[in-house]
Amino acid sequence: MWNRKKDDDFGLAKPVAGPPAPSELAKEGIPMSTLPGRSSSSGASSSEPHYEPTRNAVLGKSVIVKGQIYSREDLTIDGEVEGTVELQEHRLTIGPNGKVRASVKARELVVLGTIHGDVETTDKIDIRKEAKLVGDIKTARIVIEDGAYFKGNIDIVRPEAARPTAVPTPKPAASVTPAASSSASAAGSGPAVAAAADSKR
Amino acid sequence: METRNSNGLGQFCSSLEEREGLSVLDLAGLNQQTVSFITNQGHRLYSDDFLLQLDQCFGKGNFYQDQTDPKLMDKFLKATLDFPDQSFDGALVWDVLEYLAPPLLSAVVSKLYRILRPGSCLLAVFHAEEREAVTAYSYRIFDQRNIQMAVRGERRPAQFFNNRSLERLFQDFDSVKFFLTRDHLREVIVRR
Repeated sequence: MWNRKKDDDFGLAKPVAGPPAPSELAKEGIPMSTLPGRSSSSGASSSEPHYEPTRNAVLGKSVIVKGQIYSREDLTIDGEVEGTVELQEHRLTIGPNGKVRASVKARELVVLGTIHGDVETTDKIDIRKEAKLVGDIKTARIVIEDGAYFKGNIDIVRPEAARPTAVPTPKPAASVTPAASSSASAAGSGPAVAAAADSKR
Repeated sequence: METRNSNGLGQFCSSLEEREGLSVLDLAGLNQQTVSFITNQGHRLYSDDFLLQLDQCFGKGNFYQDQTDPKLMDKFLKATLDFPDQSFDGALVWDVLEYLAPPLLSAVVSKLYRILRPGSCLLAVFHAEEREAVTAYSYRIFDQRNIQMAVRGERRPAQFFNNRSLERLFQDFDSVKFFLTRDHLREVIVRR
């Protein structure tokens, strides 16, 4: 359920301990975060299993989210998302198995999977060779690997012209399908989903 | 990857120098060089891989015969060139027109005419030598006067064009200019 080798390829941190309790993951609308404050430093007793926080939140490859995702930390999506994804101040990575049908806003975006939807970043978009992106791009910088498929408009917004973006308020809870629970736990941490012519010459 | 001088590209780029914020259509598929060149000049780029779309739409059956099917033609045009009239200030068409059967070719050129603004330029490349199969390339802009060409395999062209047939093909446009380059490639600059 958890392909460590693949995940390492796109910079995911390995979960050191086991997944969080299923009861935590099943609760819709409850913010799930990998921020340090909520794990080992949250006053867990020594009898509880040691839990090391990962560097960013992950939606595993069997997770399906329909709704709005808002994150206050870096997020990797290796599952399926339909709706909107906003990480205004953070980096979003669409993993090789990731299929996103959504408008995406982030500070930085790395695409190894598929995105159908308009994408806006304040810093950089990195499109890797196996990526498929259909939609319009608005960004300050773009890095493209040969082999990627893209169909859409590319509009480079120069930094001096870019205005600071306001931090949007968190959106209502996303609906996470039952399939989500197993791989959300597989990710090793709860994602920071604040909601959930004539031819001859 | 081969880099070569391109007079056609030089003319095309000159047409974009007047002001910033122009919209350019590139049918070669996504590549860093063209994206950087066009966007560094302050323009917007619309990118699509026209040959890939062509293969996806007509590659399952008889490639050229299917291109005469009105339903498939319509589907293809909607998938590739479904833009409002006069949406673009320039079009980098490269060699894709060589692989279109006459009915589809005519529809595509007509659509290109509609989506380009008056005065804008279209850059296309055609093989000047008649052969069974020709080398298809992935074209990128290296700089104002040089293009990079990456081989994309051999393909059988639908037809060959001489200067007169190219003039007929772009008869609705304002002007057609030819540049014969190395390897029997003919660059064509067409002004809307």
